[in-house]
Amino acid sequence: MRKHTPLQLLGQVLFWVIVVVVLFYVLFPFYWAIKTSLTPPVDLSRTALAAFPDSITFQNYVDVFRGQPFGRNLLNSLVVAVGTVLISLVLASLSAYALGKYRFRGKTALMYIILAVSVFPQIAVLGGMYSSIRALNLYNSTLGLMLSYLIFTLPFTVWVLTSFVREIPNELEEAAVVDGATPLQTLVQVLFPVMGPALVTTGLLAFINAWNEYLFALTLTSDDRARTVPVAIGSFSGASQYENPFAQIMAASVIVTIPLIILVLIFQRRIVSGLTAGAVKG
Amino acid sequence: MTHSPTEPQLSAAQPPRRTRGLEASRARTAFWLLLPTLIVLALVAGYPLLRTIYLSFTDYNINTDAHPVWAGLSNYWYTTDEGIGLGVLQSPDWWRAVGNTLRFTVSSVVLETLLGLALALVINSKIRGKSMLRTAILVPWAIPTVVSAQMWNWMYNDSFGILSDWGQKLGILGQGQSFISNTDTALWALVAVDVWKTAPFMALLLLAGLQTIPSDMYEAADVDGASKVTQFWRLTLPLLTPALLVALIFRTLDALRVFDMPYVVKGNSPETMTMSIYARQQMFDNAQFGYGSAVSVLIFLIIMLFTVGYITSLRVRFD
Repeated sequence: MRKHTPLQLLGQVLFWVIVVVVLFYVLFPFYWAIKTSLTPPVDLSRTALAAFPDSITFQNYVDVFRGQPFGRNLLNSLVVAVGTVLISLVLASLSAYALGKYRFRGKTALMYIILAVSVFPQIAVLGGMYSSIRALNLYNSTLGLMLSYLIFTLPFTVWVLTSFVREIPNELEEAAVVDGATPLQTLVQVLFPVMGPALVTTGLLAFINAWNEYLFALTLTSDDRARTVPVAIGSFSGASQYENPFAQIMAASVIVTIPLIILVLIFQRRIVSGLTAGAVKG
Repeated sequence: MTHSPTEPQLSAAQPPRRTRGLEASRARTAFWLLLPTLIVLALVAGYPLLRTIYLSFTDYNINTDAHPVWAGLSNYWYTTDEGIGLGVLQSPDWWRAVGNTLRFTVSSVVLETLLGLALALVINSKIRGKSMLRTAILVPWAIPTVVSAQMWNWMYNDSFGILSDWGQKLGILGQGQSFISNTDTALWALVAVDVWKTAPFMALLLLAGLQTIPSDMYEAADVDGASKVTQFWRLTLPLLTPALLVALIFRTLDALRVFDMPYVVKGNSPETMTMSIYARQQMFDNAQFGYGSAVSVLIFLIIMLFTVGYITSLRVRFD
């Protein structure tokens, strides 16, 4: 090791200052949201700017479910996200098998089209989507949301699964074909066991995208029959107009964030590899 | 299947007759496997897009009109006898939204890249607790955009927001003002939220790029006596460029179509209205489906232009 010159020392200090500033920027909003969510509603106006709460209460977490149908919103979100993931994975594994293991004319063109759909701005299809969903009688229904979400989950899952299927050794599939297995049998019995990790990763990313979606959920629902959590949180106003709603908004925010943090903690390796696979390939 | 996986082109050039029959039947199977996906994509992407393009050439108020009426290009460009321009391309509101979106996109993407690069370098260096750091930065990425918008909305609140308080104490803001109510700072306040939310994503993509650089290259540079700064400019940055470009373009496309966060924080306010918010306002708040569709088509064209530029300039390959 060389000796540290003053310049290097300055560099070290600067480095750590930057690290601390960045960490503060990244973490402070979370602290502030949690602090606010634990503040008793009556104290909020008085202690909103205090760095620490004087007293802690879980009242806001209870109130979120009382004043408005937040439980129903959570259920809708869960149904829509899980449904979207399942439909995407089934359709995408069929396609990924074809795109990854079969040779046919027009494959490259097809891959281009699927890539093009994945960068479609949602706003470009919003008007047409609204008319279609209305015409199919799916307006304000969870099924309508699931269908519309396929526009961004399906191209992505097809894309990532295809690049994964392509890496599976051909011998596995050839052996199954020689043994007389049908394509579906080959997919389910030979490829699925190998594809497990890829299915989990893409499913997880699709789940997060569907769970967080706002524009379609806002436009294609009209009441709490199908309204999802992001729309509810975006338009939260509290039980009465005299109450500052932010303590409850923060409580609701913490509630919907916790499952995501748990998923991220469990699957962080896979999320990172899935994200980079999707991006670097795409 | 007689060909080896490493040289498929060779066997494809001269297929024996039996293989050709097999190929044809494989192609048929591939078609059936792809059919469900193609039907769904046609239903949720193809048809709605064509419908939006069609509607952009019609006059259609969803509250009062039973059917769209053909209107040609008048949603895009139409001047009345009095000389008043009614088309989107003549609308100052549209151009203001374009300006806002471009300023938002350029500033947030530049800041995200710098911060993301810094985060990636820190996590990639030999410091303790870097796996914890990597988990921590995943969290802003994973939370719903609406949630992050509301968290910052609260900190920006006029009377109870901590950031408004700091701004007022530092003398940047007047009494009772906040960074989002002040029309000069509103857009930049939103950029801060976007950078907070997406710099981690950038960091992850760049980290993946950094980890592909072999460590013996740095050892060689050390032996040659290159300083850390030289190593960064001459070694790290050039090798990171492909990952950097991909990440940059991904974020640019995302930022150009931004809707959720500015909408939740500021609604339809003109000073922070983006292209997507303008399109939705015209379609659903003003019920002008024809005009709003024209706005959507313009956004679609802008984004497709960026995408085609990206594919050609980076020569993305699929096979």
